[in-house]
Amino acid sequence: MAAITLIEAVNAAMAYELEHDKDVVLFGEDVGKNGGVFRATDGLQKKYGTDRVIDSPLAESMIAGLAVGMAAQGMKPIAEMQFMGFIFPAVDQIFCHAARMRHRTRGRLTLPMVIRAPYGGGIHAPEHHSESTEALFAHIPGLKVVIPSNPSRAYGLMLAAIRDPDPVIFLEPKRVYRIVKHEVEDNGEEYPLEACFVDREGSDITLISWGAMMHETLQAAEKLAAEGIDAEVIDVATISPIDMDTILESVQKTGRVCIVQEAPKSGSIGSEIAAEIAEKAILSLLAPIGRVSGYDTVMPYYRLEKQYMPTVDRILDEARKIMEYK
Amino acid sequence: MTTTTVASFEIKYHQYLDPQGKPTQELPAFAKDMDKMRQLYRDMALLRAFDAKAYALQRTGKMGTYPASLGQEAIGIGYGDAMTAEDVLIPYYRSTGAMLKHGITMEEILLYWGGDESGSNYSVAKEDFPICVPIANQIIHASGVAKAIQMRGQKRAVATEIGEGGTSEGDFYEGINVAGIWNLGVVFMVNNNQWAISVPTEIQTACETYAQKAIAAGIEGVQVDGNDIIAVKQVAEYAFEKARNGGGPTLIEAITYRLCDHTTADDASRYDDPKVKEEAWKNEPMVRLRKYLEANKAWSDKDEEAMKAEIAKEVDAAVKAYEEAPKPGPELMFDHLYAELPELTKPQREAAIKLAEKARGAK
Repeated sequence: MAAITLIEAVNAAMAYELEHDKDVVLFGEDVGKNGGVFRATDGLQKKYGTDRVIDSPLAESMIAGLAVGMAAQGMKPIAEMQFMGFIFPAVDQIFCHAARMRHRTRGRLTLPMVIRAPYGGGIHAPEHHSESTEALFAHIPGLKVVIPSNPSRAYGLMLAAIRDPDPVIFLEPKRVYRIVKHEVEDNGEEYPLEACFVDREGSDITLISWGAMMHETLQAAEKLAAEGIDAEVIDVATISPIDMDTILESVQKTGRVCIVQEAPKSGSIGSEIAAEIAEKAILSLLAPIGRVSGYDTVMPYYRLEKQYMPTVDRILDEARKIMEYK
Repeated sequence: MTTTTVASFEIKYHQYLDPQGKPTQELPAFAKDMDKMRQLYRDMALLRAFDAKAYALQRTGKMGTYPASLGQEAIGIGYGDAMTAEDVLIPYYRSTGAMLKHGITMEEILLYWGGDESGSNYSVAKEDFPICVPIANQIIHASGVAKAIQMRGQKRAVATEIGEGGTSEGDFYEGINVAGIWNLGVVFMVNNNQWAISVPTEIQTACETYAQKAIAAGIEGVQVDGNDIIAVKQVAEYAFEKARNGGGPTLIEAITYRLCDHTTADDASRYDDPKVKEEAWKNEPMVRLRKYLEANKAWSDKDEEAMKAEIAKEVDAAVKAYEEAPKPGPELMFDHLYAELPELTKPQREAAIKLAEKARGAK
């Protein structure tokens, strides 16, 4: 067992599947010799060869469309989008074909494919490198959208994504690629998709988040504990399809909810979770649902990104307000 | 200033039969096999009869929007005839000829255009893709399928087809570009029928040919008379053999004329010049092949009559099967969304089924 970062866990999971499943093939821009611009695929081409870890031409629609073609033949492609901000040319292929092939052929052709993309703000990156557009993908039936928040989850969820018989959009919160290390045993054990993780049990308020914001949310929970507020913290992890049962169970216990996300507020995953809670557990609520999010603005270039991103203090302010509600 | 030429290109045009059905050069061996040529003539006649029936079904409210292949039959039938069962077809919406040749049934095609995805659950061509509706996405799929075939060391080719207008899309270039780099076994057919709905070819490109777009991808590009089935088949056979044997991709521009509307939802009389169309009718592929067969004493009016009666029976049987196919229930919206329906969606499935049952009960 070794202590590894989130990005090393992504690498380890892909290596495990390359080792154990001959149908797994990895491609994208700079993923081969260079090992990816973040080093997510570091060393994989050297170990598994240029036939299975492939530097592709620079064209995102092509990368996604090739994955569709290869997966339809029973291969298990893992395609990398270098940054989520550049995924949009591939949206045509992902929405019109990856998400629909099983349905369109009544199950005759299925697409066991993964599209990976680093996403989110906080690393002082150039323009178009920091957005959180996960809700666009979560809105499309036929896709699964998975976001790991820490190294062990990245390892287990990536294994599950590769083995899943349907297309998975695997979004990696790049701000936390190297922020913490976990002891992760490289044993090929996957985590379930479509399952939330309860990272902290509590009885007073439910804090719900995913991806990089889980770190601020867990810090906020510790500070709330010092104030005598016992917060339960849920990592949604698979944002589509969402495991609402775990969320509703928690809400029924605490009666108070705060949703934390980096993405803009309107039409978001937070909106969807709040709507589901309103539909199915409104009578358990002791206070209005609170939301801490990015603003409904263009993701600013890096001089303003700290002011855009939710902070521990913003979460604390909202959680206290929810706790004070009578 | 002194310069050197670092690259240059030429595009070859292939034709064996002129519009009068007269050979323009020594014919390939298959063209002298009159049984084979009669079969190709019949295949084109079947496609034309099927199209006419599909149009009638749409006009009488029995089927949805349908794109016919009138005047372009030699393309799909020609390259479809060059395919083997092991090859993979990635069709677009005007690939009916190649689909029929590759074992996709008339009933399945009607079911698809009749609004039921079950029509894409092919009974024979199990690896072929469903019809690609968004323009040019299929070009990349073909390269992806060919990459898988290449990685597994199989000797199979992939065929895909696109209209000339579709070659303006980014996906077209991205797909042929990677096929060139990776030496993938794809045959890219360009149906240059002069029209992208109402937009003529001169508004689509400044290139002299569509075939030369292959040059920018570093692959072979050729042009054929798309109304000459001998030329289409001969060039396609070369391209498929090359694709199956590690020779890489070929782009074939087949020049023809769309004698029909874009689809049943279109009215070409709004933009097409009737005089040009009248001229185009003189060039169409069936008349040409019939003249060739007649010149070789391989076809008569009696043969024509007998063939038409036979074909009508086949098409009618397919229409009957289409009309009698079970109507899809609402569960089909849910049952092939994922391998397993998400918990959150299960109540929606139950609700949709209940609503349908209620509606049936109310009748």
